[in-house]
Amino acid sequence: MSPLGPLLLAALLFSIGVYGVIARRNAVLVLMSVELMLNAVNINLVAFQNLLFPAELAVSGQMFALFIIGVAAAEVGVGLAIVFNLFRNRATVNVDDVDLMRW
Amino acid sequence: MSFYQQYGIVAIVAVFGALLYAVIMLVNRIMRPTIPSPLKLSVYECGVESEGVGWSQMNIRYYVFAFLFVIFDVEAVFIFPWAVIVGDLDATTRISPVFALVAMFLFIGTLLEGLAYAWKKGVLTWE
Amino acid sequence: MTAHDLVFVIVGLVTAVSAILVVTSRHLMHAALYLALTLTGIGGVFLVLGAGFIALVQVVVYVGAVAVLFLFGLMLTRAPIGREALDSQNRGLGLAVAGALFVLLAALIIPAFGGESTAEVTGPTIEAIGIAIFADWVLPFEVLSMLLLAALIGAILLARREAGESGTEAEVTRIEMGEALADEPDRHEAVGTSAPAGELGAGGGR
Repeated sequence: MSPLGPLLLAALLFSIGVYGVIARRNAVLVLMSVELMLNAVNINLVAFQNLLFPAELAVSGQMFALFIIGVAAAEVGVGLAIVFNLFRNRATVNVDDVDLMRW
Repeated sequence: MSFYQQYGIVAIVAVFGALLYAVIMLVNRIMRPTIPSPLKLSVYECGVESEGVGWSQMNIRYYVFAFLFVIFDVEAVFIFPWAVIVGDLDATTRISPVFALVAMFLFIGTLLEGLAYAWKKGVLTWE
Repeated sequence: MTAHDLVFVIVGLVTAVSAILVVTSRHLMHAALYLALTLTGIGGVFLVLGAGFIALVQVVVYVGAVAVLFLFGLMLTRAPIGREALDSQNRGLGLAVAGALFVLLAALIIPAFGGESTAEVTGPTIEAIGIAIFADWVLPFEVLSMLLLAALIGAILLARREAGESGTEAEVTRIEMGEALADEPDRHEAVGTSAPAGELGAGGGR
């Protein structure tokens, strides 16, 4: 199996995630796009591990993917909690309205 | 066992299930009478007409429970490979069984600390 | 192209199409459900790549837990639906940046890995992964538990509000109604159970 397919799919998913982060206004949808980008990276790591270095003893690629999944779960939890706080204080989840730090 | 032997059966079951569903729905469509009427599309409810939108504010406490579930889901994922290897460990393997046991219980203990915190904070109880 | 590549192309197409629907869907719930489909598809990709354990983790953590968390996120926040409400004015810019990024990555990947091909796809077994976690990755493993603990405590503190703490719902002076609400001025009278946005955290303190 050629590594080209997984790598191109990962690049496509990452680009879709970038588009979502730029084009979406709803903070929850922005977080979803970030998840797409993280998953694209996971595909890359697993593809490199299993197609190019299948016999490596430390299983680095799959370990990275495993830890990224765990960290992403924590990130979503805190990110959504921040979005809820935003909604509670400002009654909006529109990221365009939250521009206090903009210059 | 090769990849196709492993997952071929799963694929066959999935395809067969989808086909079965399609055939049943097709037979249903062929055999049923079709008399469309706008009244049938209205919301069925006794008495008063429904008003407003379908959305209502959920209590945020559900979210803390959902996130606790996510945390312990991640924990369970790391317990799987540990459970597979911990019985086979001895002096000849790269790690000792005591080390694996201590490492895993440190992990579980740290997360139980989070559960204890949630308990202490009262997010687990409904008043 | 081997049969393995063909299986990958089928799974990858489903994943890619549902990923595009995640960022273009006009309904929040549809976007979340397409995200669940995309994550399942990525699990299928892991399976095709011979990483059965990661595929299991993907389904258990992402599809089973994180997608549900996103659904909770959508149900807890009220947002207007429709194309103009969900997308900002940056759609053209986003398309340009994402397109340029994809072309750049593809132009780097195709010459670098175009000639490579593995005859048989094999991944490490779950035993190899278990040994590797406790032999080589035990420090990241323990640090991950601390990270999850910190995330849990942070989420609890952010999500609930203590009784008598400052900054209660009285602070919410302006509640901007989205487009979806504009035509229903008497919503609060009509739907007694649906509280205004300011009471989101009120349940925590009472």
